[in-house]
Amino acid sequence: MSSHPNPEAQPAQEAQPFQEQGAVEIVGASKTFLPGSASQVTAITDINLSIASGSFTTFIGPSGCGKSTLLRLVAGLTEATEGTVTVNGKTANQARKDRDYGMAFQTASLFDWRTVRKNIELPLELLGWSRTLRRERADEMLELVQLPEFASSYPRELSGGMQQRVAIARALAFRPTLLLMDEPFGALDEMTREHMQTELLRMWKETDTTIIFITHSIPEAVFLSTQVCVMSPRPGQITAKVDVNLGNRTEETRNNEDFFDYIVQVREALRS
Amino acid sequence: MNRFVFLRAQLTSPWFLPVVFGLAGLLVWELGLLVINPDGFVLPRPTEILAELQANWDDIYQASRNTGFIIVSSLAGGVVLGVLAALIVTRFRSANEMITPLAVAVNAIPIVALAPIFNNWLGLTSPRSNQAVVVLLVFFPVFINTARGLTNVDPNQIELMNSLASKPWTIIRRVRIPSALPFFFTALKLVSSLCVVGAIVVEYFGGRQDSLGSKITTYAGFTQYDAAWATVLAGSLIGIVLYALASLAERLAMPWAARAGN
Repeated sequence: MSSHPNPEAQPAQEAQPFQEQGAVEIVGASKTFLPGSASQVTAITDINLSIASGSFTTFIGPSGCGKSTLLRLVAGLTEATEGTVTVNGKTANQARKDRDYGMAFQTASLFDWRTVRKNIELPLELLGWSRTLRRERADEMLELVQLPEFASSYPRELSGGMQQRVAIARALAFRPTLLLMDEPFGALDEMTREHMQTELLRMWKETDTTIIFITHSIPEAVFLSTQVCVMSPRPGQITAKVDVNLGNRTEETRNNEDFFDYIVQVREALRS
Repeated sequence: MNRFVFLRAQLTSPWFLPVVFGLAGLLVWELGLLVINPDGFVLPRPTEILAELQANWDDIYQASRNTGFIIVSSLAGGVVLGVLAALIVTRFRSANEMITPLAVAVNAIPIVALAPIFNNWLGLTSPRSNQAVVVLLVFFPVFINTARGLTNVDPNQIELMNSLASKPWTIIRRVRIPSALPFFFTALKLVSSLCVVGAIVVEYFGGRQDSLGSKITTYAGFTQYDAAWATVLAGSLIGIVLYALASLAERLAMPWAARAGN
């Protein structure tokens, strides 16, 4: 929980490195599609959430509960009908324009016509980085996702799990403070998926990024997060927040009793 | 062992079987006609066609140049116009919704059948009317396919670009155009053959007298079928060269597709 429920009271230029500043503050946010029309749909309603810097927050809930809508609100890709979404002390849209976050999707959505290296360099190109800097950073990112030998391969020559790792490298290439992930491991098989979870946690620790992650899988949510937000069916609401204290995750954690306790807790929250 | 490896490499080459089969077909054609119909009035033998090509080389070469110019200029014009129209239509969504269905409908018109009307507008012996018909013939497939390619983009890729605050033109350049390349080249290969057919058929109705289409009708009118076949052969060569160039351009423009296809 952030110590600043009211981010407006905290001017952004006042640098206070030792004070915990909420990376994302969502206050009374609702999203209605086609308001006023016959096919009006309220996707999410009255969301209040504070996401601390450096935390790992998961949204979990049934299909169509508005998880993706909530993520897109944070991304500034759609605007809240009511309420406010603040990212790094700015409006979500401003944060998008300032390129404060990176994004990854369920499909890797790499560009077929670019090599792996060029895919990772794409955000850097858009930011106007020089060729040398781009190349340097892409090499670093390739090390981070442990695919340096695939730098000049094309995406279609890679497996699904590898493609997803490249997508994460692309999202993290310009070192955004925030990483938004919309079911990134949803299309992977169970083995690859668990491997990717461990990888993601390693990168999270190495890069000190705040991560917001959408999933359908309860074990995945528990294994990854510091905070699990359980959402109800449409109109989506956050019905429970479970703080997960499992410490350092290892493969052992998956057999840990606490791990199962948290799974039960989240499952019950989903059912209620 | 070595010979076996060599043989297998030849057999698995994509060129090997078609070339062998094609040569075998020519041989059957040649020998079959020698046995059944040595006078060769209805269908000449390949060697007779080649002989006629040599005998009428000056005429056929000149006709090929004239028709070739119409083909290449109209192909270039139609492709450029088609791509430009597709880009405009993609940039402005309302234009897309308004124009694209119409273009699909217009494309269903047998455009070659308009040749006599265009001759009336632009002059019976002028190559302009031939060009106009072929440009139209090329335009629609290129336009429709390219527009489809430009809009048929992974929505997550667009979302990603938006998340990086990209401008619409940046998205067109970096996502939509590369995504549309396979569609564009499919259309280009299609029209590279279509425009040869179109140009020659349109010449049956008018245009210059020293053109492939006009030569074919003249030779056929004087029952010089061997020469008519030789002229058709010249037209085919133009079509094959254009198709090969289009395929080559595709390979050069999309190296990733060639590699993934291995």
